[in-house]
Amino acid sequence: MYSLADFYFHATAALPEIVLTVFGMIILLFGLVREDKSTPQVTLMTVSAFAVTALVIAAMPSEPFKGFMGSFIYDPFAQFMKLLVLMGGAACLAMTLSYNTQEKINRFEFPVLALFSTVGMMFIISANDLMLAYVGLELMSLPLYVLVSIRRDFLRSSEAGIKYFVLGALASGMILYGISLIYGFSGTINFTRLSETLALQDGVSITLSFGLIMLICGVAFKLSAVPFHMWTPDVYEGAPTSVTAFLAIAPKTAVFALLARILFDGFGDMTAQWQDVIWIIAAASMIVGAFAAIPQTSIKRLLAYSTIGHMGYALVGMTAASFDGVRSMIVYMALYMVMNIGVFAIVLMLRQNDRQTTDIDNLSGLGKTHPVVALMMTVLMFSMAGIPPLAGFFGKLFVFQAAVSAELYGLAVLGVLTSVVAAYYYLRIIKIMYFEEPIHVLDKPTRDLEVISGIATIFVVAFILFPQSLVNAAQAAATALVTI
Amino acid sequence: MLEIGIVHYLIVAAALFVTGVFGIFLNRSNVILILMSIELILLSVTINLVTFSHFLHDLTGQVFAMLILTIAAAEAAIGLAILMTYFRKKGSIDVTEINIMKG
Repeated sequence: MYSLADFYFHATAALPEIVLTVFGMIILLFGLVREDKSTPQVTLMTVSAFAVTALVIAAMPSEPFKGFMGSFIYDPFAQFMKLLVLMGGAACLAMTLSYNTQEKINRFEFPVLALFSTVGMMFIISANDLMLAYVGLELMSLPLYVLVSIRRDFLRSSEAGIKYFVLGALASGMILYGISLIYGFSGTINFTRLSETLALQDGVSITLSFGLIMLICGVAFKLSAVPFHMWTPDVYEGAPTSVTAFLAIAPKTAVFALLARILFDGFGDMTAQWQDVIWIIAAASMIVGAFAAIPQTSIKRLLAYSTIGHMGYALVGMTAASFDGVRSMIVYMALYMVMNIGVFAIVLMLRQNDRQTTDIDNLSGLGKTHPVVALMMTVLMFSMAGIPPLAGFFGKLFVFQAAVSAELYGLAVLGVLTSVVAAYYYLRIIKIMYFEEPIHVLDKPTRDLEVISGIATIFVVAFILFPQSLVNAAQAAATALVTI
Repeated sequence: MLEIGIVHYLIVAAALFVTGVFGIFLNRSNVILILMSIELILLSVTINLVTFSHFLHDLTGQVFAMLILTIAAAEAAIGLAILMTYFRKKGSIDVTEINIMKG
């Protein structure tokens, strides 16, 4: 049976999660005793907790290891994705402090909720079992619902919270119904045993494919991929900008890791069934992300559609269903994360008379009034549009290469065409910044935000000097997931 | 005498699921009904899992069902809390009025 020694043995697989959870509880108690005036310390402690957890992950051996009766897996893929999520989460929290203080939402619960949401993301990444995947998804989503509606005296924030909650709960329902069908028609919810069962079967039962498609649709909801994207612009707009940044950066990477694990570890033998579904979702996301962003006037809504488009490009890598595809997807998500950290740091800076402004027209003349900020924004927008030699170009290049080598020519052509369309709205922002007269002068940005977006900008520019190191790291991660 | 088999249970669960999904989309009155529809969806899944667990002679499904009940409670609590903050500010929970953001 299961002894205490066994438990300790299995618990080592989940050591980073345990460390982060214990830190979370200590920080929560600290905040509870010292109340809201301790928010700066609580934020600092949370960022340090992320750093300690990242060190624990980096120090752990990289051989694959399964614990808790095979439901929890620890491998280089999990290691890399968890480091990404922790890095994104820590950067977001570091950005939120000055904004939250200015907007008077500097409650100590904010970093603690983000921390527990991050624990959920880490569980999703390591899930080798649909039950753990579901529990992790809920642990990730429930704090996010609260964070979105954290601004209680602001109707938009509550409204965004309701929309996010209802659609998120519907997505969970779809995921669960899919899981129940998969369980019923294969007899197991463990990815390893699922792939063994599927390898033995001759044909694939139609109910099982139906369950898988329901599961994919639910996960696509969480990814904000088309046609399950309707909540994204409203939630991005209504939520406080610091929450929007967190929402756009950390959860997406984690959910991508889960999708990759479901599709490659669990349903690797059903590629023919899921490839077409992912193809459609990827193509639709790229198209909607490119065209629907054009008429937007709020930078947050524009970034929502930009996220939808980026999800489409990363899904192109998934559609390739190959080693190259997974590797390019991982690289794309890492670059997406860095670019978004930079852009959201700039969006958090846009303030007029001590109030946040999200109107794109208010960026006019930024090139004259705040030349450094405008330069950083220009570099980041060029990178998002995929213009060489910036990092975003390499992300797209790898993804399209993977698609072409998997003979998905249609998808690759569509991807190139939509990125040309998307370049229009990224360039429009640059045009407004440099070629229009300033209407209002923005407030002086705070130093910490400038530093964060500066680091992201330097990374984006300098990526051409060391693309190989990120690709090698992604290669090691992808090897754990897909056998060549 | 009609024997109640696996198909009957699955049909009940599927009917509940569809009712829940349509309850979310077709409902024109208030948000509480949406929360009830979400519960319906989760219960349909629970029925499915327990049915499969019984017919497969495997306990996993029942453990899963327990977890879903727990998480559903947490989810409902958070949903109602968000609804409270919305109601305090807006003074109504009419679904058709949740539309200040569009585009």
